[in-house]
Amino acid sequence: MAIPIRYNIRNLKLRKGLTIMTALGIALTVTTAIFIMALLAGLKRAFVTSGDPQNVLVLRKGSEAELTGGFDATAFPVLKNLPGIAKDSHGEPMASGEWVVVIVLPRKDGTGEVNVTVRGMMPDGLELRPRVKLVEGRWFTPGQREVVVSQSIHNRFSHANVGDAMAFGKGPWQVVGVFDAGGSAYDSEIWGDVNQMAADFDRQGGFSSAYLRAADPVSADALVHRVSEDQRLKLEGLLETEYYAKQTASGTPIRIIGWIVAVIMAIGSSFAAMNTMYAAVAYRGREIATLRVIGFTKPSILTSFVLESLLLSLLGALVGIVLMLPFNGMTTGTSNQVTFSEIVFSLRMTPAVVGTAIGFALIMGLLGGMAPAWHAAGRDIIAALRD
Amino acid sequence: MTKIGFVVKNTFRNQRRSMLTVLSIAFSLLLLTLMMTIWRTFYIDQGAPDSAKRLMTRHRVSLTFFLPGYYREKIRGLPGVVNVAPMTWFGGRYKDDKPENFFAQFATDPEEYLKVAADKDVPRDQAEAWIRDRSGAMVDVELAKRYGWKIGDHVTLQGTIFPVNPELTIRAIYTMTPANKTFYFHSKYLEEAVSWYKGQTGFFFTRVASSEDIAPTARAIDDMFRNSPQPTKTESEKAFLLSFIAMLGNVKAFILSICAAVVFAILLVAANTMAMSIRERTREVAMLRTLGFTRGRILSLFVGEAVALSVAGGLLGVLIAAGLLEVVAHSPFATGILFGLRVSVATMGAAVIIAAFVGLISAYFPAYNASRVNIVEGLRHIG
Repeated sequence: MAIPIRYNIRNLKLRKGLTIMTALGIALTVTTAIFIMALLAGLKRAFVTSGDPQNVLVLRKGSEAELTGGFDATAFPVLKNLPGIAKDSHGEPMASGEWVVVIVLPRKDGTGEVNVTVRGMMPDGLELRPRVKLVEGRWFTPGQREVVVSQSIHNRFSHANVGDAMAFGKGPWQVVGVFDAGGSAYDSEIWGDVNQMAADFDRQGGFSSAYLRAADPVSADALVHRVSEDQRLKLEGLLETEYYAKQTASGTPIRIIGWIVAVIMAIGSSFAAMNTMYAAVAYRGREIATLRVIGFTKPSILTSFVLESLLLSLLGALVGIVLMLPFNGMTTGTSNQVTFSEIVFSLRMTPAVVGTAIGFALIMGLLGGMAPAWHAAGRDIIAALRD
Repeated sequence: MTKIGFVVKNTFRNQRRSMLTVLSIAFSLLLLTLMMTIWRTFYIDQGAPDSAKRLMTRHRVSLTFFLPGYYREKIRGLPGVVNVAPMTWFGGRYKDDKPENFFAQFATDPEEYLKVAADKDVPRDQAEAWIRDRSGAMVDVELAKRYGWKIGDHVTLQGTIFPVNPELTIRAIYTMTPANKTFYFHSKYLEEAVSWYKGQTGFFFTRVASSEDIAPTARAIDDMFRNSPQPTKTESEKAFLLSFIAMLGNVKAFILSICAAVVFAILLVAANTMAMSIRERTREVAMLRTLGFTRGRILSLFVGEAVALSVAGGLLGVLIAAGLLEVVAHSPFATGILFGLRVSVATMGAAVIIAAFVGLISAYFPAYNASRVNIVEGLRHIG
């Protein structure tokens, strides 16, 4: 017969001080783990949601990123006339030759300078990214020194409000609008007219990349092959979704450092939990013997103490989750290792993150509870009764 | 029995509990030591004295843009400048794509580079051989050890940024502390192989006469190119390296919050243990009081016990941290600023003092309560 769980809850309540302190220790570890996982979840979302399955990105053969790409502008008409491209609002193939450059902007809070991606595009560039929405002002006008900035650039950098002038390249650029890219990598960019941008950085006559919009997701694959296999072009096509999925690796330094920190803290917390459980067992020596005398088996006592340890860590996990709630949605940035510029993302406490954190806490509870529970179940009844 | 003897006896009374407490504190202190070491290396250390005389000049917009090669002579003309070496990040692959086979490679002008980076120790004849051979390379001794390279060996790199696979001969092997595991070859080789790279360079590495020249020279360089199509950004070698770390995000806030969490965790663990052991000894405390021990004396006994446990945990943690960093520094994965991470004696001392202090605070309240217990009540107390 199993010992009712109420017995464990009552025991935890009886020594409130001990329970609270041990649970808080576990909570601190859980908080750290959630923080790191929420960072990674936000970062992953930024990359996963960036690609559009209908968009094909064109780069120079052998180049792995837009920044190190670059091909002659004469290739663009050839690309544009490939079969399988959707029509834009003027009945022309929907394609955009783009110029990507990295500039340095000072952070608003004065904590240093950050690399930011600036993208020059053709009017079709806006049309082939239908998920990006304007939230303030208007889009840039082709042929003008105008830019639109993402919401997070608007929040994090000075001179990024509608009506401000941003200084980069050869002079000031008028900020005319703010856009929201729904947490994707575009949320870390500044957009303007491609010809104006290329002129400012002395790169006329070329593009760093081109975007083509396929009529539907299925023909996108065919378009990728057509681009890569065209002998005239020496270019390479790839799905936009694949391009961004590869950049998720930018989170690796955070992942490695984060897990080292979390695991070291977890080992420390497990020892603390073990201490508490040994004390719980020691206090109840006679009580456990009595339970054995009235017929509870060794396995049921073992289970009971492991359960008590798990309850303790669960309590810690809940406290940890509550402690982290205020940070959910906080935005931060890290460097994208493909574009060398900052990628902005928000902390996301997804169900998976919370679930993993609870699992993490339960492992600590299990590690901390096993040995004491074994010790409790294995004691000699007569000796324990005499204690 | 002496007071210290009493404390020591009590500390080892419940060996399992003491050991678990010490281990728990040790792991927290391990983390604290790591964080403090990172903080010190990034934000407090000034670097080697030689490094304080060096400047890095890169394109103002981004490191990914090249600077015109003629800037070199213009920089050389400024007061305080001793040597200027052009540097270009080659970023090639060796053998395969695996991250453990990645190491930094730069194209430079050997003769002047060796004068700027005077902290690299190269045998005279090897340095001369490298300067003479246009397809020669100089490598770090640790890097050479990892791949079993010797003087005269041929190494082929595969270009990713540059469309060339340089075939190079190792002419010199240098040592420096900490080892930076880097590979250098002639920029002339790269210029001959890649036509569009001719007359350009990634950044400039400048040596000034004294560390006082650093700030004015950096300003003078940037002022000189301010209104040109390729404006520059010049900073000290240390600041240049730190800018890569800063790009990872708000590192300072991250380190500080982890330190706070760790200190709080030690406080909890130590307080927990002391609360448990003092509770067990209520009757004993009453007994000591009847024997004539004052409250202050009893308080100091318990506080001493907590401090002893925390310091033991602290020492263990610090030692593990030092060992861990030693292993990391020699692993093939250590790149960039991680080479220089070593636990200093000052950091060790600080960590142990923090542990002792936390132990003192944690024990104070439970011990204070114990010392104030009514003697008669205490004697009646049952476990």
